[in-house]
Amino acid sequence: MESPVKTETQDADWVDAMIRVRTQRDRAAFARLFRHFAPRVKAFLVKSGATEALAEECTQDVMATIWQKAHLFDPERASVATWVFTIARNRRIDLIRRSRRPEPEDLPWGPEHEPDQAEALALQQESERLGRALAQLPDKQRDLIERAFYGERSHSEIASETGLPLGTIKSRIRLALDRLRHEMKQST
Amino acid sequence: MTKIQHHLTDALLMGYAAGTLPEAFSLVVASHVSMCDECRARLASYEALGGGLIDGAEEMALSDDCFEAVMARIDGADAPAAPPVRRVRRPGLFPVPLQDYVGGDVEAVRWRPIGMGVRQAILETDREATVRLLHIPAGSAVPDHGHNGTEITLVLQGAFRDEDGRYGPGDVEVATEEMHHTPVAEPGMDCICLAATDGPLKFRAILPRLAQPLLRI
Repeated sequence: MESPVKTETQDADWVDAMIRVRTQRDRAAFARLFRHFAPRVKAFLVKSGATEALAEECTQDVMATIWQKAHLFDPERASVATWVFTIARNRRIDLIRRSRRPEPEDLPWGPEHEPDQAEALALQQESERLGRALAQLPDKQRDLIERAFYGERSHSEIASETGLPLGTIKSRIRLALDRLRHEMKQST
Repeated sequence: MTKIQHHLTDALLMGYAAGTLPEAFSLVVASHVSMCDECRARLASYEALGGGLIDGAEEMALSDDCFEAVMARIDGADAPAAPPVRRVRRPGLFPVPLQDYVGGDVEAVRWRPIGMGVRQAILETDREATVRLLHIPAGSAVPDHGHNGTEITLVLQGAFRDEDGRYGPGDVEVATEEMHHTPVAEPGMDCICLAATDGPLKFRAILPRLAQPLLRI
């Protein structure tokens, strides 16, 4: 299985691309984000049960939203991948589940506060560590987390699909999350 | 406000981060997170997990003209974006997501009596589950409002007690079907809660997911 080695600065590069999109409407930077994220957003939507046609339509929507809402991206609060994930998740709720999503109120500070480079860098580095820890999980554990996290399916439905007993699935998910937590602690 | 003692479970936060909860449950989660910085931070860590999963996901081929289609869409609509409306705390008892559903604060609620002095107002959500506001007179027992699955209750005003402890403003109680308890509103102030429960029209069991003791990261 090929898994590209991520450099320590990959997430910071995505932040840089987002800022170029926001401040300069930089199409080359947007194209870089598109090449990385669009095929993954589509895969996420298909895994969540969308048809390929709907997933394609929805992916275009998500990518256009990234351009249009670039000014709302705050690198002190989320990595670009996390921000993209929340947009894709919300479009999935609108378009595929046809439901509404109540959002928490905003904190009394917002994107217009004084940016803090160190905070943003620390958050991006932590996201990279989480990404690496996830990549190092055994396939079976990562797969189950993915299904529990993305899927519309309940654990018992996953059980009938994978042929594993429900108890095994639950304990594997727990094991996977434990392992992630451990990795995050070690590398701090 | 006293410190929040009873928080959302990891399963609820993870389900909300993943976007798989019914709307009724999401409203209670969004309301609690609005009142609780600790759960806001935990929610962010589950969203980061979602980001990590999407970042490490296998790619799926796009249609050949996908990028051009997106650029055409952007060029067709690229009016300068209006500054977003900040949804910060407004005066009143209810957090903003709840005010959005009620159409105002507590005085805008259309209460209906359900007996023993207790009043309720069912809020409109999709039909996977049900969410209601409950107004319980100080000192009264909370009536059995028939949850046949998981029920989560957020206290907005006053407090209630049951065998498990005291629930004050901002606290969330997560109760399963098996739990038999008799919550009683504390004397002094009427208790107002927001409660979501698996609706009668639910076909897909969300209980296994919600009852999961999924972990914190």
